[in-house]
Amino acid sequence: MITKRIIPCLDVKNGRVVKGVQFEGLSDVSSPVELGKYYSDCDADELVFYDITASAEGRALFTDILTEVAQNIFIPLTVGGGINTLEDFDRVLKCGADKVSVNSGAIKNPQLIEEAAKKYGDQCVVLSVDVKRVDGKFMVFAKGGRENTGMEALAWIKRCVDMGVGEVVVNSIDTDGVKQGFDLELLKQVCEIVSVPVIASGGAGCIEDFVTLFKEIPTIDAGLAASIFHFGEVKISDLKDVLDQEGIIVRK
Amino acid sequence: MIAIIDYGVGNLFSLQSSLKFIGAEAKVTKDIEEIRKADRIILPGVGAFADAIAKLRQSGMEKVVLEEAAKGKPLLGICLGMQMLLEKSYEYGEHEGLGLIKGSVKPIAPMIGEGLKVPHIGWNALIFPKEKEKSKLYQYINEGDCVYFVHSYAGVDCDTNVTARAEYGAELTASVENGNVYGTQFHPEKSGEVGLKILKAFCEI
Repeated sequence: MITKRIIPCLDVKNGRVVKGVQFEGLSDVSSPVELGKYYSDCDADELVFYDITASAEGRALFTDILTEVAQNIFIPLTVGGGINTLEDFDRVLKCGADKVSVNSGAIKNPQLIEEAAKKYGDQCVVLSVDVKRVDGKFMVFAKGGRENTGMEALAWIKRCVDMGVGEVVVNSIDTDGVKQGFDLELLKQVCEIVSVPVIASGGAGCIEDFVTLFKEIPTIDAGLAASIFHFGEVKISDLKDVLDQEGIIVRK
Repeated sequence: MIAIIDYGVGNLFSLQSSLKFIGAEAKVTKDIEEIRKADRIILPGVGAFADAIAKLRQSGMEKVVLEEAAKGKPLLGICLGMQMLLEKSYEYGEHEGLGLIKGSVKPIAPMIGEGLKVPHIGWNALIFPKEKEKSKLYQYINEGDCVYFVHSYAGVDCDTNVTARAEYGAELTASVENGNVYGTQFHPEKSGEVGLKILKAFCEI
């Protein structure tokens, strides 16, 4: 059977991984290249690379570092940040991305999804959506969680999947950084309405949170996290051992 | 030297990087002479079958690939590249493949039943057929090792040419082989250490 995926996320700013990284045995802990290699070697199932300030930065630096990261890892790589046009897709794919993640770019121009899915295939287009509760409703936020778009999250996700998105990363703003577990209420609802893989993001604080995620929502495909992996609070190998003991199928 | 066939379909970056990593000399090429001189050929591919096979034919490279395969040169098709090795595909119509390996390409949706997502995307374990000797491609890996899949169509009726399967609602064809012609539905270049070992084995055939 297909395995549940564990995905570390590298948030990159000015060519360096942000969100604090504490690793022993790495010569440069904030280098996305070093960190990417480390994760690829220690059984991460996939890697996500977000250029969190891409639109404000020069492009050359971004693609240089991406190319170097991609050359050194042999697991699937999803790249996002500042993807607004088909040219942006083309550019990061040529640098070694396997999938491209769209967020604000799709909110501004939903047609981007249709065009990209047609040109590169559904499997290549990942929707990343930042969701926050407002008056009891799940709303889509833009600009790194600062702006309420006024769109309801479930309707937006459904619409994007209908347009050809091949995978959805659901970031819960409410649980992000709180380290009290994934947003199960939100994720359950997303899994009920879409037929493509769903990746849970935001809130993982310990191994138990991943066990709960996969047990409570059997249809979820993957769990994504950043700081708990970067800080070494959770080691991917330990996490997979526990999941395996709990009867959740993982790649080891 | 390994010739990676460039017919304008797919992203060859990872494949090149992984071959470089294992120390194999590889070149992305559409030069017919270069393909003839190469020790091995890799036929990559993503996207739609009809478009890909048409491009391979129009470029004149189908003929070279067939001739070199007939001479016994090791040939590896990856993903859509594997599907093109078969006789036929039923992806949006009916299309002739290269016919180097028995079987045809059909959508997985009716095979896997309700409740499973399409495409079959992610890491899945390889199951080796009991009645067959382990493929040379797998000499450095074990049954149960996981590899990375992304596909909505799969090879069917490949019979004894199947060298591995993967369980996803049904036992889907994961790899095929006929003499010197090899095909993997999964992406060895994206399958971590296991994938690198498979590519290494191909380089040593």
